[in-house]
Amino acid sequence: MNAGLVSMSLIVGLIAASIRLAAPILLTAIGEIFTERSGILNLGLEGIMLMGALSGFLVAYLSNSLWLGILASMLTGMLFGLLMGFMSITARVNQVVAGIGITILGGGLSTLLFRLYFGLRTEPPTLSPFPALRIPLLSEIPFLGPTLFNHNVMVYLSMALVPVSWIILYRTNFGLAVRAVGEKPKAADTRGISIAFIRYASVIIGGALAGIGGAFLPLGYLGIFWTHMTAGRGFIAVAVVIFSRWDPARALLGALIFGGAMALQLALQTLNVPIPSEWLQMLPFVITILALISISRRAEFPGAFTIPYKRGEF
Amino acid sequence: MSRSEQTEESEVISAIPIVWRGTWKRFYPPLLSIVLALSIGAALLIISGRDPLKAYLGLFFGAFGTFDRFVETLVKATPLLIVALSVSISFRCQVWNIGAGGQFLLGAIAATWCALNLSWLPSWLLILLCPLAGIAGGALWGGIAGLLKGYLQANEVITTTMLNYIAIYLLAYLVRGPMMDPSGVIFPQSALLPDALQLTHLIPGTRLNITLIIALLCTVLVLLFWRSKYGLQTEIVGASRRVAEHSGLNVNRTFLLVTMISGGLAGLSGWGDVFALHYRLIEEIARGYGNLGIVVALLGELHPIGMIISAFLFAALVVGGNAMERNAGVPFALVDVIQGVVILLVLARSYLFQQRRRSL
Repeated sequence: MNAGLVSMSLIVGLIAASIRLAAPILLTAIGEIFTERSGILNLGLEGIMLMGALSGFLVAYLSNSLWLGILASMLTGMLFGLLMGFMSITARVNQVVAGIGITILGGGLSTLLFRLYFGLRTEPPTLSPFPALRIPLLSEIPFLGPTLFNHNVMVYLSMALVPVSWIILYRTNFGLAVRAVGEKPKAADTRGISIAFIRYASVIIGGALAGIGGAFLPLGYLGIFWTHMTAGRGFIAVAVVIFSRWDPARALLGALIFGGAMALQLALQTLNVPIPSEWLQMLPFVITILALISISRRAEFPGAFTIPYKRGEF
Repeated sequence: MSRSEQTEESEVISAIPIVWRGTWKRFYPPLLSIVLALSIGAALLIISGRDPLKAYLGLFFGAFGTFDRFVETLVKATPLLIVALSVSISFRCQVWNIGAGGQFLLGAIAATWCALNLSWLPSWLLILLCPLAGIAGGALWGGIAGLLKGYLQANEVITTTMLNYIAIYLLAYLVRGPMMDPSGVIFPQSALLPDALQLTHLIPGTRLNITLIIALLCTVLVLLFWRSKYGLQTEIVGASRRVAEHSGLNVNRTFLLVTMISGGLAGLSGWGDVFALHYRLIEEIARGYGNLGIVVALLGELHPIGMIISAFLFAALVVGGNAMERNAGVPFALVDVIQGVVILLVLARSYLFQQRRRSL
């Protein structure tokens, strides 16, 4: 009986942690869905997330307002999205290499600014992250209550983004334009849609969400910032986007798989299972590769994926 | 016959050091990129209330201040050059292998494992075997990504990034577990290499060692590779997959070949770091080499001779950056920022500087 209770609370904790750990990847992946649907591959997400985490933490720390921190991370993300847009749309350079450049830049700049501002300290600066928001009544439901309705506000907002982004993508003119520009830019151009405007908008949306996704880590549950704290989540988000085949609902599923892998890894470490912790820490990265190879042969990339547009070219 | 002669001729031209042709025009965009990146770094320092002049003087003297510092810059340039060569092979095939860091680690692990576990072999054999093991370890790690890209169409940027993280945790496991120093000191490191396998320093008191010569040898080999049948094949696959398929080239096998050569070079450089500098496996090897290799390769325009120059330049930035952090209190991360800016500027050079050049 007692053992049953323990394992029950363990499962509840595991599912709740999976959802919490999935949220930053989900936010970033949904943004990247817009970017990729418009025909641009943004591999700089890792760097943008780090810049979002840094700016969100710094502003929240200075202003004592978590929401100002989120705003700052969003603006920083938009700025870096603009940079990626400039590289891929205006300068028309190779998007893969530009993404690598932005990742290195974001990693370096976030470390530099953090160190310049806080210096080397024995005690890292901390803040209290968003508290859990228990939804009245719903959080009383056994099992479902503590797993689904006892999260902080950022988790609810990222979950709400799934239907919202689906509606924008499939039921609005803007969404139609994004998809048209990514599939058949020439046809879209003929219809009077500005390719550059739609692509800039999409890559900036992607940057904004990646910035917020990054800020989720210090503001959503950790309360501190450390260098390179995103630890590959930007790249995992890109893998989730391919896994989802550019659909927000399936991106939720993909993000939950990775959140689950991370949560499982953490849970097994605290349970002292006789597996070296380093093997457990590899788990999310191994699963990313497996997920990628399970889907890549079937994935149909947007028609004009990574191809810069220029009138007069085919 | 005549075709191969022709390509040979054009490759000879591209093998001539960049100084000789188009001189200034070819030289100034990379140079301008570096100067612009340093200026952006200076602006960041000014905004945060630091003295950029003091920081950059510290950086310069840290890299070139004394003979010993200059030699240390050469020591640092060695792995950067080998890793950049590794990156350039993939990139010229449009295979975006950013896994040099992980391949470097696998090379270091494989070579060290041989040195510590095969000590019953005659030492002359072991001396030859260890670098080969390093190459094999790196080639294996690179080849995984090549196989996945070719046959399962898995994006190599993501797989190589994931393989980098897996390699880091594999090393962390090994130096705390099976390969941990059995001498009783509880510290995450392997046992010291046998004396016979430690590469000696060419100039006493400095860390200059034979791997610098090996790096230059690799440069020549890579130059020869681009003149060979396989080099041509690689560049055709890079230029257009369709053309390659129509001319009967096995594209998937080329991907595998390219990632294995890439990984092998990075693995060799992992061998060098352990056997010439640290003499044991520690967790801190390869910090940042993956990214640095990409920057050096791109700044050198993926050309072996260009990469010698840019490897030296970034070695100076790294050695000087460490000195700057120690002496001027400016974080080393400034060098990372400069790396990112240099990549973006080198990429956008034809747009920014209005130069028509082969786009990547």
